[in-house]
Amino acid sequence: MNIAQKSTFVLNQRHLLGIEGLSPAEISGLLDLAEEFVALNRQIEKKQSSLRGRTLINLFFEVSTRTQASFELAGKRLGADVMNMSVGSSSMRKGETLIDTAITLNAMRPDIIVVRHHASGAVELLARKVDCSVINAGDGSHEHPTQALLDALTIRRNKGRIERLTVAICGDILHSRVARSNIILLNALGARVRVVAPSTLLPVGIERFGVEVTRDMREGLRDADIVMMLRLQRERMNGSFVPSTQEYFHYFGLDQKKLAYAKPDALVMHPGPMNRGVEIDTAVADGAQSLIREQVEMGVAVRMAVLEAMSRTLPNA
Amino acid sequence: MMVTERRPILLANGRILDPSRDLDIHGDLLLADGVIREAKRGIGAAGVPEGTEVIDCKGKVVVPGLIDMRAFVGEPGAEYRETIASASQAAAAGGVTTIVCQPDTSPVIDDPAIVDFVLRRARDTSIVHVQPMAALTKGLRGDEMSEIGLLKAAGAIAFTQGAKSVTNAQVMRRALTYARDFDALIVHHTEDPDIVGEGVMNEGEFAARLGLVGVPTAAETIMLERDMRLVALTESRYHAASLTCAEALEVLRRAKEQGLQVTASASINHLTLNEIDVGPYRTFLKVSPPLRAEGDRTALVAALASGLIDVVMSDHNPQDVEGKRLPFAEASAGAIGLETMLTAGLRLVHSAELPLMTLIKAMSSRPAEILGLAGGTLRQGSPADVIVIDLDSPWVLDPAELKSKCKNTPFDEARLEGRVVRTIVAGRTVYEYV
Repeated sequence: MNIAQKSTFVLNQRHLLGIEGLSPAEISGLLDLAEEFVALNRQIEKKQSSLRGRTLINLFFEVSTRTQASFELAGKRLGADVMNMSVGSSSMRKGETLIDTAITLNAMRPDIIVVRHHASGAVELLARKVDCSVINAGDGSHEHPTQALLDALTIRRNKGRIERLTVAICGDILHSRVARSNIILLNALGARVRVVAPSTLLPVGIERFGVEVTRDMREGLRDADIVMMLRLQRERMNGSFVPSTQEYFHYFGLDQKKLAYAKPDALVMHPGPMNRGVEIDTAVADGAQSLIREQVEMGVAVRMAVLEAMSRTLPNA
Repeated sequence: MMVTERRPILLANGRILDPSRDLDIHGDLLLADGVIREAKRGIGAAGVPEGTEVIDCKGKVVVPGLIDMRAFVGEPGAEYRETIASASQAAAAGGVTTIVCQPDTSPVIDDPAIVDFVLRRARDTSIVHVQPMAALTKGLRGDEMSEIGLLKAAGAIAFTQGAKSVTNAQVMRRALTYARDFDALIVHHTEDPDIVGEGVMNEGEFAARLGLVGVPTAAETIMLERDMRLVALTESRYHAASLTCAEALEVLRRAKEQGLQVTASASINHLTLNEIDVGPYRTFLKVSPPLRAEGDRTALVAALASGLIDVVMSDHNPQDVEGKRLPFAEASAGAIGLETMLTAGLRLVHSAELPLMTLIKAMSSRPAEILGLAGGTLRQGSPADVIVIDLDSPWVLDPAELKSKCKNTPFDEARLEGRVVRTIVAGRTVYEYV
C-alpha cells in the first residue's frame, strides 16, 4: 500500500558519491522527500513497494552497525531484496580485491550497491567498475553524504530552516568524512559554518572550505544554533594528535559549561557512536538540548528518500 | 622561603644598567614593597622613606637579577646531586634571581602534579624564583606529546626534551603545531643522537690526538635545520636551547632573516671555553654538546654581540665526584654554572669581546621577554630582583666555597675578575659578599 506521495523528486545522477555535485535544489528535494518517509516510519504499516523486485547490496568494508542497519531497513521498507556483505579488511588485499569484488557482484546484476570503505576514493573507484547505482556510505576521510543529509533534515525539522543558522562542528575535523560532507551541504544551503578543533586535528587548507576556524571552544560556540560534536578515535588520543583524553575533554569536550557559550536554545548533535567523557559528557548527550536520538530516526527516512529518488531513474523503472 | 621585604632599600651612587631599555646612568635605585620604585640620579639627596636601608654602590654596577634559562636541579629524584634549596643558594651567590629548571628529573616533569610539586618545593625552600620547564613528550620518551595545555595551566613556563632532541620529525611537527594553540614555547636541544653516537668531545684534530671519539658540528646543524623547516611549516615559536658552532649560527641567521619566530641560547661554557681547555682529559670540561674549536667560540661571542644569539644560560648540571672521576669517555657530562655564569661572562667584557650591557641583557631582559616573565628589567613596578656587581675585584675560585652540592666546575682554581656582591630577590637581600 503506497502512501500518496507528494514529492516527485528524481535524482538525476546514477550514483550518490558525495554532497559535492548536488545542487541546493537537489539537496532540498531529497530532504522534502525524506520528510514523507519520517511520517511513514511512524505508522504501523511501513511497507512500500517502490523497490519491489529490486536488489540492494550493502557492501561494507568497514564495520558499521548503525549505518548498515539503517540502509537495510530503508531498503526492506521500500520492498527491495537486501543482501548484507561485511568484508573484513584482513581477508582483503587493498585495491585489487576491491575491484574484483565489484566485478563479481556486478555480474549478479544488483540495482543498487551501498558501499562503505576505509580508503578515501575507494567508493568512486568501485562505482566506475559496475553497471548499477552506487551510494557512498562513507569512504575514508572523504564523504558520508547520507549522514550530512540526515543531519540537515534534523536541523531543519528543529529550527525550521538551515540558512543563516550558525553551526559549530567540533572535534577531529582532519579525519572526519562527516565534517566534510556537512560543511559542503550546510554551506550550499546558506548556513554559517564554524569548525573548532586543536590545530593538530584541522586539515591544512581548511580555511578555504568556506568555514570560520577557531581553536577555542568559547569563541567557536558563541551564538551557535547547532553544536555538532565529532567522535575522537582512541588512536588519536594517545599523544599523536592530542596528548590525552583529560586534556582533550578539558579544552574541547562538550559539557554544560561549554554548551552555555552557545545560544540558550542551541541544540546538540553527534553522528555516533559517542565516546562519553571524551568529546561529550553524559549530561549533555542525554540532556534536553540533545538531538542525537532523533538523528538516528532521520537516518532511516533519509536513506529511504535517497533509494526512492534513485530508483525513479533506474533502468526499467 | 621567599619573603617580600617591606623595608625599602636604596642602592645609592651606582652605575645603573637596565638592558630592557638600554639605560646606563649613574644614580640611585629605590626598592620598596617588593617592587622597583625608581631609578635615577639624586633619589637619596631628595629624601627617602623612613627606615630605608641605604647601600652604597659606589664603583659598582646595579643590574636586574639574572634569569638562567637552563639549569638542572635535582628535585625530584636526584637530590644527592642538587636540591632546589642548594641550587637557589648557588644561584643567589651567582646573581641569578630566577632559575628556569629542566624537566629531566625522576619522575620527569610531564604531569601537572609534578609541576605543582616543584613550585611548592620552591616556595618552601628556595631563596630565588624557580620556573619549571615541563617535558615536551611523555616521560621524555620522544613519541607522544605531553599535556601541554594542562601543564602550562599548572605553571610550566616552557616545554623541552631536556638535553636530548625529539628525533621523530612527525612528533616534533605535531608538538609545534599543538603548542602554538596554547602559545606555549618549545625550547629544543638540537643534537642528532645517531650522529653523536659514542662521541664525547668535538670532532677534530684534538680529539683525534687524545684518542677520543668526536662529535661533528653537523650533529647540531642538521637537527637545527630540520627544526627551522618545521617551524616554517607550522608557523610556531621556537627557542634553540644550546647552540655551539658557527655552522648552526648560519642556520639561525637565515631563519631569523626569513622572519621565523626563532630565538636561541648559548651556554656560558661554549662562550668562554674551547676544546683545548679539555687539556689532559679534564672531565670537568666534558659537557654536552662538547666544547668546540676556538673559531666556533669566537663566532658564538660575535653572534651574542650582534644579538643573533639572544640568551646566555649556565647549563648548570651538577655531577657527583664518582661520575667525574673516570676516564674521559666514561665520565658523566656536565658542569655546574649557576654561581659562576656571570663571573665567567665578565671575562668577555674585560677582554672587550662584548659590552657589559649586551652580556647582562642576554642574561636578564632577553630571557624575561622570551619567556614572558616580569623580571629582567629595572622599570618602575617591576619585581625588586636586583643584583650589585663589582666588575673588577680579582679572586680565585675555590670549589670548596661553592654553594652547589656538586663541585664540577670548569673554572676550578681559575683566576676571575669581577663578582656579584649583593643579590636582592623580592626586595630582600638573599646574598651578600663580604
